Amino acid sequence: MEWSVILNKLAEGMVVSIVIFVLTLLLSLPLGLIVAFGRMSRNFLLRNFIKLYISIMRGTPLMLQLMVVYFGPYYVFRIRLPNEYRFIAVIIGFVINYAAYFAEIYRGGIESMPVGQYEAAYILGYSKTQTFMRIILPQVIKRILPSITNETITLVKDTSLAQVISVSEMFTQARAIASREASVLPFFAAGVFYYIFNYIVAFAMEWFEKKLSYFR
Amino acid sequence: MALLQINNMRKSFADLEVIKDITLKVNKGEVVAIIGPSGSGKSTLLRCATLLERMDSGELIYLDKKAAYTDDSGKAVYAPQEILKQVRGYFGLVFQSFNLFPHFSVIKNVTDALVIVQKKSKEEAYSIGRELLAKMGLSDKENAYPYQLSGGQQQRVSIARALALNPHILFFDEPTSALDPELTGEILKVIRDLAAEHMTMVIVTHEMNFARDVADRVIFMDDGVIVEEGTADQVINHPKQERTKAFLNRFNN
Ligand SMILES: Nc1ncnc2c1ncn2[C@@H]1O[C@H](COP(=O)(O)OP(=O)(O)OP(=O)(O)O)[C@@H](O)[C@H]1O
Ligand SMILES: [Mg+2]
Repeated sequence: MEWSVILNKLAEGMVVSIVIFVLTLLLSLPLGLIVAFGRMSRNFLLRNFIKLYISIMRGTPLMLQLMVVYFGPYYVFRIRLPNEYRFIAVIIGFVINYAAYFAEIYRGGIESMPVGQYEAAYILGYSKTQTFMRIILPQVIKRILPSITNETITLVKDTSLAQVISVSEMFTQARAIASREASVLPFFAAGVFYYIFNYIVAFAMEWFEKKLSYFR
Repeated sequence: MALLQINNMRKSFADLEVIKDITLKVNKGEVVAIIGPSGSGKSTLLRCATLLERMDSGELIYLDKKAAYTDDSGKAVYAPQEILKQVRGYFGLVFQSFNLFPHFSVIKNVTDALVIVQKKSKEEAYSIGRELLAKMGLSDKENAYPYQLSGGQQQRVSIARALALNPHILFFDEPTSALDPELTGEILKVIRDLAAEHMTMVIVTHEMNFARDVADRVIFMDDGVIVEEGTADQVINHPKQERTKAFLNRFNN
């Protein structure tokens, strides 16, 4: 195979990896906040249901979760889903997994906020929503940013797990080419790609942390 | 005219009875100082009065609004949220630990509630805010962030923040206790100036000399009750009750 063809294939896979990464972040960051509220709810049933969900997400391999989301509908309910479901299953799997991790990070951040901030806002007449959105959340985001950065970097590498349900992301492509060409070079190229991807992610997160360094 | 009327307030934390039947009235323009040993319930009284804590029974009335009353079974019943929201607009509270919003600049700390809660225009809010910062001697700090200020400056910002909403009555819970001794003076001066303008204030303090100077009325609390109440001269200079004498003696030595 031509090198240009190989690079093309790898680039296709790279686009898929990036799409998985971006969609997962865009969906799981807000979902995680909602899950965190469920986890801190005063409703016993809701709270414990969310607790169970989080412990399953954190206690089992993401690879297995992707398989369950993809094969589950057929093996459990005998529902045949179109081929496009493959990609949707990857996104669902990643989002529910990462939302669970993000929820615990949000919760830690929210619970670490001094009660005085809530009390000051209450005395000044802020509503509950105003207090959370204007006073609490901006401070929470600053506090949890390092943990979010960690998860985000893990996510870049985790996108390679999409291969278990044959979604042709970067790593899937690299493996296919490697076996066809009997060469390890595609793996090496993939490694370089993940490294550069993460370098950019780390750079972006650092920029964001700097942007939030105007207060303490 | 009474701005605040507390009748027969009681409050317990689990088995610990912290406020035992306290009745207290604050008139317009009055400065009331509350003194007493640690753990006597001063903060709890203030927190119940400012709705941060729910009393178990008693009556709480601000101007014409009944925030809470005691029903036939002896339990405190609070007014609906809309009324409580109005009541919250009647008072301000200055915390011992300032509780400024660290992610807001000084001017934003002072003006944000004016815009968000009182729905004033940003221009109007800023002009109110700047005037108050000037009064607090902080005009040059309006764009600073709280972490860049000394404790005394932070506390002055928090007083400006409370005043911005134009409360009828301002509560202070040990406003100087978190400050280095050399910084307490600037806060006490601000409060003295407010007293001179007839701002109605209720101040919990350990500064006896300050209480003596500034307060129209001094209340000595111990173990959840008001032990003695009167002018500063009566309570601090010529206490009648043994417990008051013992407390003041410990204080002077
Ligand atoms: N949230 C709470 N839960 C349980 N007990 C509390 C709570 N808040 C206060 N207490 C107890 O109530 C009592 C009165 O406390 P409070 O803070 O009102 O005293 P204080 O007069 O303000 O004391 P200090 O001068 O030290 O500030 C103390 O015994 C305290 O431990
Ligand atoms: Mg106290």
